[in-house]
Amino acid sequence: MNKGTALSTAEPKGASRWALRLHSLLIYLFFYAPIAVLVVFSFNDAQLVGDWKGFSLDWYEAFFDNENIQESIWISVKVCIASTIISVVLGTMAALSLERFRWWGQKAFDAVLYLPIIIPDVTMAVMMLAFFNETADLINLIPGVDLSSGLEKLVLSHVAFNISFVSVVVRARLANLDATMEEAASDLYANRWQTFRRVTLPQIMPGIIGGALLAITLSLDDVVVSSFVASVGGTPISVYVFGLARKGVSPLINAVSVVMLSASMLLILGSLAFQRATQFAREDS
Amino acid sequence: MNQASSAVELKNVVKKFDEVTAVDDIDLTIGDGEFFSLLGPSGCGKTTTLRMIAGLELPTAGSVLIHGEEMGLKPPNKRPVNTVFQNYALFPHMTVAGNVEFGLRMQKVPKEKRSELIDWAINLVEMDGLSHRKPTQLSGGQQQRVALARALVNRPKVLLLDEPLGALDLKLRQQMQIELKNLQREVGITFVYVTHDQEEAVTMSDRIGVMHEGKLLQIGTPEDIYERPTTRFVADFIGRSNFLEATVASESEVVLSNGDRLQLESDHTVGESVAITVRPERLTVHKRGESSTNQHQIDGVIDSVVYLGNAIVYSVSIDWMNLEVRSSETSNSRYSEGDAVTISFDPQYVSVVSG
Repeated sequence: MNKGTALSTAEPKGASRWALRLHSLLIYLFFYAPIAVLVVFSFNDAQLVGDWKGFSLDWYEAFFDNENIQESIWISVKVCIASTIISVVLGTMAALSLERFRWWGQKAFDAVLYLPIIIPDVTMAVMMLAFFNETADLINLIPGVDLSSGLEKLVLSHVAFNISFVSVVVRARLANLDATMEEAASDLYANRWQTFRRVTLPQIMPGIIGGALLAITLSLDDVVVSSFVASVGGTPISVYVFGLARKGVSPLINAVSVVMLSASMLLILGSLAFQRATQFAREDS
Repeated sequence: MNQASSAVELKNVVKKFDEVTAVDDIDLTIGDGEFFSLLGPSGCGKTTTLRMIAGLELPTAGSVLIHGEEMGLKPPNKRPVNTVFQNYALFPHMTVAGNVEFGLRMQKVPKEKRSELIDWAINLVEMDGLSHRKPTQLSGGQQQRVALARALVNRPKVLLLDEPLGALDLKLRQQMQIELKNLQREVGITFVYVTHDQEEAVTMSDRIGVMHEGKLLQIGTPEDIYERPTTRFVADFIGRSNFLEATVASESEVVLSNGDRLQLESDHTVGESVAITVRPERLTVHKRGESSTNQHQIDGVIDSVVYLGNAIVYSVSIDWMNLEVRSSETSNSRYSEGDAVTISFDPQYVSVVSG
């Protein structure tokens, strides 16, 4: 495994070896048993979750027949894409401004930027709600913006917390990037934009992609903030599932969850494959 | 040096970082096609000076001219110079060819012309066949060559080099010193070379500027700097030297602490306490009483003897201090500890510097 295991590479022996195996087994069980249960019972031919009646795809059929669910998923996807793009652009700009420039009020901005990561979701949700209540009329004055549909509110509130996460990830990458490389680019006749486009951006790309994946996940996952700001008829899937669960746990929720789980797994696998590919491209070739 | 033939001119250049003065009122003219080194210990302001020529720093005061043109606030990408950075700063996401091509692409050189120039530059630094490698797959010496090619391919009016050999091991460094000098002759571009390594500066440069604490102490050929240092710092920083405390008696005479009078020209004021500096290899040891052609003589006793193979270094105790004498005479007339000797020197190899 790691080259850093210099202390002891010998395998543990006797009782400790079995204790460690049991320990890992329990941890994996703890992680994956609930997921396994969820997946298995999504194929249950029964109205109640807890009680196995036989294999069936009925709940998946119900899922694909349910227009409300599909509408919610569609809303989630739209909010997710829009908020990710906006927060990646703004978060990267914030990271660049903090790492590469010096300006008045920078320290304060730096501290405030991380607030959404620290404060509880509920606080964030109440804040967003209060903000939209107070400023809706003002924001609606902007041509083409209509907060009443709820979609814009969702996007704005997701952007509000995602910027922080994106900028943290991108900034870590930028901090490791040798600034003399940018000086070298400008010495080689590149203007500021060309330097960014051809030297800085390609090298912070893994950070930007990492930040984007985080933003996608956080946007899709978010229940608390979304449930506060969503309007009637504009609920994202996470909030919809939460609502379903309150009415009583039916295997339909399991089916929806399995679909969402599969989608996120694909996303993660995709990003891992991408990272591998770029890493190998950098190491050999 | 007239205006037309000067590649770089610094006029009263000052650079302050907050309260710290990194470069303190420098005046310097570097000739076209010259290999000029800025030499000094770390923190002396030599790199800051180089960065001001490149446009990576702007002077607090003074002006920078390149081929007679005032650079003013011009950013680095608008200046006709290129830099080889200390850590090379190669672009890791581009191949060797991509790195070399970068400056040409930014200048919108047509594609056919670009590939021609890339081939020329890669061939110049003897990196043929490696143009598709990434910088991480190259050794330090190879990265160094790519950094050189990346800068030279633009045919800059002035090439700035910031301790480019610092990261290489001794043998490779010595080899690259010779190659760099040959390369500079071949392309005929003015090189401004920053280094803290006096041997490197002496080996390669046409002229050297020695810097210390933001000030340019002395400018001259390697020989000038070595044989005729004007300050104690320069004499001490470049090679080994003996310093004998003395007082100026007149325009052409100084008095050593033991009362010996030496006929030495100096422009120091009468009565000023100075030091006379003389290199160990410019001192000659004789048996006491043996006549010498050198007019300056001091009696002493051999204190220690160190055999170096191609030379012998004696430490000779004179009345008030010890002198280091380096003799290439290793077989005949060797002296041993306790021998009474006379040391003599030729005044042309002695400099009077401020005490």
